[in-house]
Amino acid sequence: MMLRTFATGIAATALAAFIGSALAESTTDEIAKYREALQDGNPAELWEARGEEMWTKPRGPKQVSFAACDLGLGAGVVKGAYAALPRYFPDAARVMDLETRLVWCMVHQQGYTEADATKTTFGNGSAHRSDLEALAAYVTSQSRGVRMNVALDEPHVHDMYRLGEKMFYYRGGTHDFACATCHGDDGKRIRLQDLPNLTKLEGAQKAYTTWPAYRVSQGEVRTFQWRLNDCFRQQRFPELEFGSDASIALTAYLAGRANGAEYNGPAIKR
Amino acid sequence: MPDPMKIRANLLGDSTEVKVLMSHEMETGQRKDAQGKTIPAWFIQTVKVTHADKVVLAAQWGPAVSKNPFLSFKFEGGAKGDKVRITWIDNHGDTRTDEATIA
Repeated sequence: MMLRTFATGIAATALAAFIGSALAESTTDEIAKYREALQDGNPAELWEARGEEMWTKPRGPKQVSFAACDLGLGAGVVKGAYAALPRYFPDAARVMDLETRLVWCMVHQQGYTEADATKTTFGNGSAHRSDLEALAAYVTSQSRGVRMNVALDEPHVHDMYRLGEKMFYYRGGTHDFACATCHGDDGKRIRLQDLPNLTKLEGAQKAYTTWPAYRVSQGEVRTFQWRLNDCFRQQRFPELEFGSDASIALTAYLAGRANGAEYNGPAIKR
Repeated sequence: MPDPMKIRANLLGDSTEVKVLMSHEMETGQRKDAQGKTIPAWFIQTVKVTHADKVVLAAQWGPAVSKNPFLSFKFEGGAKGDKVRITWIDNHGDTRTDEATIA
């Protein structure tokens, strides 16, 4: 009798484990299906259209358009520019990612104050729209199909890449978390959201080349600066300042890791 | 003035496939803001699509439709170069009309 109960116990455990894994698999499948269904009508296109209009029109106190803004490939050149960012800009004497460079152009060419240019970095509904998110959506869309080619041999970028790498593995905060805690293994997730393993080439490439993205759950296009900022929040780290060297170092590390992969944003994510 | 729609219209055999993205908050009226006050409902109520002055799609929408809605449908007829005209009206009485050429 004892034995039989024991055997039934094992069977029940095995069955539970089987149901568990089958459920996990079918859930992942269903989410994949959901993502596929969304691919067709990505509302990020609405942001791209708004960003394109902003890019071409004279703006700011000086009424200068972004035609004067050099993203690294020459003044006003957008095609393929994002795939080579972050890069070192001698005029600013700094390694910059896309969002930081856009702010630099708004301040130094269009006459905005730093505070005005970064007033709404992350939008929230139609009453609080972010120009930066729309501009980033447009600029990144112009690198679709271009292979990532961040110049890691450039000494300044190389330093930032190394710093970013250190940050990625640095454990801290109230939870003693590093980026690698969640992004260093296969098959991790937060609730139903799969987390990419950024220590593997494939994971790093797939993750970086699909940001910015329209987040269906938020109804907004989110940039890479937002992604990092929210990861810091989830890690209970001090807030990652918009456009800070720390944010650019991490971006340089992750963008550099994606080198060689085809850029495919703005994407759509749950 | 609401943002423009993004419309694609393609001839597939003898039918025309239309895909349209609309920019709209689509507030349900069920959500509350940080102060606990109800956010008033604000959503698209009617959608009308015409081709050569003939209505090919008329829809009544409610608050269950997502933010920034995407609509895809097919209608018979239509030729390359024809115009497809789409109009939405929301419960504020705001409206937007855009046009696309069938490719």
